[in-house]
Formats: sequence, C-alpha cells, structure tokens
Amino acid sequence: MKLVTGNDLETGDVIWWAGDGWSRHVAQAVDAGSAGESIGAKEEAARRVNGPYVIDATLTADGPRPAHIKDRIRAAGPTCRPDLGIKPADANRGDWVI
Amino acid sequence: MYRYDEYDQAAVDARVEEFRDQVNRRISGAMSEDQFKPLRLMNGLYLQLHAYMLRVAVPYGTLDGRQMHMLAHIARKYDKGYGHFTTRQNIQYNWIKLDQAADILAELATVEMHAIQTSGNCIRNISSDQFAGAAADEVEDPRPWAELLRQWSTFHPEFSYLPRKFKIAVIGADQDRAAMRLHDIGLQLYRNDAGEVGFRLFAGGGMGRTPMIAPVIRDWLPKQDLLSYVEACLRVYNRHGRRDNIYKARIKILVHEIGAAEYARQVEEEWAHVKTLGLDPPAAEFERIAAFFAPPAYEAGVPDTVDLSDPDFRLWVDQNVSAHKQPGYAVVTISLKPREGIPGDASADQIDVMADLAERYAHNELRVTHAQNIVLPHTPKRDLYAIWQALDAAGLATPNLDLISDIIACPGLDYCALANARSIPLAQKIAGRFADLDRQRDLGEIKLKISGGINACGHHHAGHIGILGVDRKGEENYQLLFGGSGAEDASLAKIVGPGFSEDGVVDAIEKATDVYLANRTEGERFLDTYRRVGMAPFKEAIYG
Repeated sequence: MKLVTGNDLETGDVIWWAGDGWSRHVAQAVDAGSAGESIGAKEEAARRVNGPYVIDATLTADGPRPAHIKDRIRAAGPTCRPDLGIKPADANRGDWVI
Repeated sequence: MYRYDEYDQAAVDARVEEFRDQVNRRISGAMSEDQFKPLRLMNGLYLQLHAYMLRVAVPYGTLDGRQMHMLAHIARKYDKGYGHFTTRQNIQYNWIKLDQAADILAELATVEMHAIQTSGNCIRNISSDQFAGAAADEVEDPRPWAELLRQWSTFHPEFSYLPRKFKIAVIGADQDRAAMRLHDIGLQLYRNDAGEVGFRLFAGGGMGRTPMIAPVIRDWLPKQDLLSYVEACLRVYNRHGRRDNIYKARIKILVHEIGAAEYARQVEEEWAHVKTLGLDPPAAEFERIAAFFAPPAYEAGVPDTVDLSDPDFRLWVDQNVSAHKQPGYAVVTISLKPREGIPGDASADQIDVMADLAERYAHNELRVTHAQNIVLPHTPKRDLYAIWQALDAAGLATPNLDLISDIIACPGLDYCALANARSIPLAQKIAGRFADLDRQRDLGEIKLKISGGINACGHHHAGHIGILGVDRKGEENYQLLFGGSGAEDASLAKIVGPGFSEDGVVDAIEKATDVYLANRTEGERFLDTYRRVGMAPFKEAIYG
C-alpha cells in the first residue's frame, strides 16, 4: 500500500493522510493508491501539510506499517525516548519499529 | 565574557522581528516552503523527522549562568523538557513549533543569544577550546579573537552565500581540544622563537563524506592581521569553490585540488590587496573586546589541595577535573554521558543545576565542549566537593571523561532527517557493555565517536574508534573505523572491514579492546597501540 505523510506546517508534527484529512496516528492512514502525489500537492498548496511524500507500507492486522525504518521511527517517535512517542502507552510499539 | 553593545543588541532584536514577520507570512500562505526554507535555516530552524528543530548558537562555547538558565527555560516552556548539546558547541531543541519560533528567539535575545550562523552556507558559529582562559598549557586566551571573528562574520554580505558552510576554530594551546585541524580554517595562537604570539593558520580541513586534515597555509601571521588574512582566505574560496556540486563545494576540496601551496599563493596575492582596505581593527577596538575576557577575580590564598578521602569523589576528581593556570583553581568537566543516558542530552532541571553551580561557585561561567559535555572553567578547588555532591544528586557526576563511555553521538536516525542509522541506542549499548568503571579506566583514553550519517556530525573520522551508520537495503548497518584523532596528533580513521549489525559492532569493539590490552606497552593508549601495531591484529581478532 502507499501512504502519504509529511509534517504539520505549524506544529511540525508527523502526519498521515487519513482519507478525509490528516492524522497524527499512522494507524489511521489510508492507502492512497496512485493518487498520493496529487493528494500531497493539493494539500501542500492548501498549507495543510509541509513536505508531503509517498511511502511504501504494509497493511497488517494492527494497521499500516511503513516499509522503511525512517518512516517507522517517524510514526512512533524516537526509539531512544519512548516516553516522547506518539503512542507512549503502546507497549508493543518497539515490536514493529525496529 | 563578551557583552553586547547597542549595535549587537539592535541587530539581534531586528533579526527576531524580521523572522517573526517571515513566519507569519509562511503560515498565512504568502510564502511557500521553498521561499521560506532558506530564511528559517538562516535562523537555525530545521525541519527534522518529528518536528522543527532549533539550533541555538553558543559562540565559542562560552555562556554564563543567566544564559544557561534561559536554555533550561526554553527547554521547559517550548520543548519537551530537555536540550541536546552538539559537537558544534551549540544546543538543539527537537520539538519546536513554528508559530513559537520567533517567541523563542525573542526570549534568547534578552540574554544576548540567538540562532544566527547555525545553518546555511555562511561562516558558522566560531568554535574554540573549552578550556580557553583557564588551561594551564595555554599561550593566550583565543576567545577575544573568536569574538572578533564572530563580529566580522555576522551578516558579512560577501560571505552569506558561500559555496558551502564554513567553520572556523581558534585555539591558544599546543593541546588541541577543539579538533581545530578538522575545520575549514583552523587558527592556533603560539609563541615563536622571538617570544611573540601570533597565529598559525590551517585551511581545508573537514569531516563529512570526504574527510581532510587541514594543511598549514601560513605558519606565522601577526595577530593584528587576522581579519584581513582570513578575509583573503574566504575570498579565494568564494571565487573558486565549486557551486556546481554540493559534494565538492567545501574549501577542503579546493585546497586539495589546487594544492595547499597554490591556495596559499592566491591568498597571499589577495591579501596584498585586502590589507590595504583598513579591515583590521585598531588596537583600541581589539583591546575593548579583549577586556571582556579578562580573567575573573580569583581569590587569593585559595587552598591548592583537595580532601580526597571520599573514594567516589576522588574518582571523579581524578577523571573529570583538569589543571587550571591559577593556583587553587581547577577546570571541571561535567559529563553528559551517564550510564543509559543520551550523549549530550540534559534535562531542563539539569541545565538549571549547572547554571546554579556556575553562579554560586565558578565565577558564573560555563562552556559547551565539542565532545558534548559542559565545563565549569574557573572552579576553586575548595568547592569541588560541594559541586560534586550537587552534580551527583542531579545525575551529572559520571566520572568517565575521555573513557570509552564518554561517547560522541549525533542524534542519528532517531531525530535527524539526513541520518541513515541510529546513533544513540548504539552508544547506549556500547556504554552498557563497558559499564564497569574499573574496566573503563583500565582501558584508559578511548575517544569513541558515532555518526548516524555520512555528514559525520558525530566526528567518526576523528575517533580513536569511529562508527558510521549506513543504510544497507533498508537495514541499519555500521562501519567500524580505527585510528582517528581530532587532537594535536590529528589523523583520519580507517575503515576496518565489512560492516556490522548493531550488536555485531559492539562485539567487534570489545574484541578490539582485547587486542589493545594484549599488545599495549607501558603508557600506551588504544590509539598509540593501534598506530604501532597496525590494523592487522585488530582485523584478525574481529573477522578471523
């Protein structure tokens, strides 16, 4: 599957295209199919995202998992500071990031 | 310490308001990211993996308690309660919001701080010896010259759009604690046979993907000619530095390609013109600047001895306290490398503790080191025990300066958009493997430096043991290097062989230390043994 991701313009937060808007949670990301580039361009023009790009991901029973380690770290937060991650209460987060 | 005059303050304040307007225009849509990016970078604001990152300049690594408290305040109010001290003697905040960036800069300006020259293809924040003005082996304090260079380079119109970034270091001792020869320009104050103090100028050093040790360009430069000569160096680089290829744009490539002698010839030719322009400041202006760096009011009669009956305190003094030029005083290095900690990170509370200690005991001065530690440069020996107790209570008394766990590590892939692999977890694993302090001390000085990417922000080329993280088909992989040094015996580390997984590189380092222990002679450091016996026995132990 293809995901669209970028950073929120004002906060810098990592965000994921969720079909009808952006989410901070990769679990809510949707498959953009072949429309990723155009979604990114349109949303960037509307200043709803900064630096959007399309990535490969795998859909698992627990949600989308980015293919590359860099995007998995973006999804979950720095591995060296799990307390600062987007889902600090997720006990399983380390199982799929690395 | 240098204090802003009305011009400095006005320039910084104006810059803050200019940036506030630029941010507002970006948020309103009046500017695109392509238009805004170079402007935010000129104000130290990057976009990293998780958020905006603000890099705040600490000119030549020197700051006072008031400024240090402000750094803690920024961490607490605008970030997530901590900051990361960097190999450029600066501090970075990792979780900045764009709409608060100008407010942060405004608060920094109230204590004479800013984020100018921390990014972009300009002359970056000048770096220096963290022991400047205090070291027992110093010829002369380099900081007045670093400050002069700061003033000269700030907003220098001719050098704001260089082919690439440009880094200058100034030291005043034979011992190089600033990796001076790995800078674009390195300046060393030294005393000649006639007893005069002047500069030896090096140019064309650097790390990154093409590491180079800077050759001598001018062996003797009268101090009063510094600015005009450095201006000439920059002009030749600005004229001939390659703008067509970002990987060949640094001055090191120019000096390497045309040769040091030819580069020096062109600089001399340019200087013959530049020095007629009246650029070098009159002696009175330099003396005005130098007066800010007068030694602190040392107390007379401070005892020169320390009660070392507490064994833990004794260990810390032995490892982290260095000789001061003033009897009764010492230089304290506070390790930001606690066990299981993150190299260079300090919480807001810890930053406040260090500021308090500087204000209470150490003539209100602190330094940031390129090895990501903090220094109290002027500490009465009488107060060392009280300082150690306060540091210990704050988790800041790790006695590991220059040992294998005193690791330089860049933020790596945990934070950095340019990194290929994580640095911090690897640093923690290595420090954990060698956690036993007796073992570390038996191994002696080992400078271990980790970069998570080819930009070499973790100085792996200059590590006795260096590690470079690479991306191998989407997996983290680590190249191991031996034999580098950023000190006065500068050398570039060499790759040992094929790369390793994270656990594999920790095992390889342990095997290398075993080779060192088996081969060392009396007084030899790891680096010395490696230089004497060569790579072969290390390679055999690791791959054999």
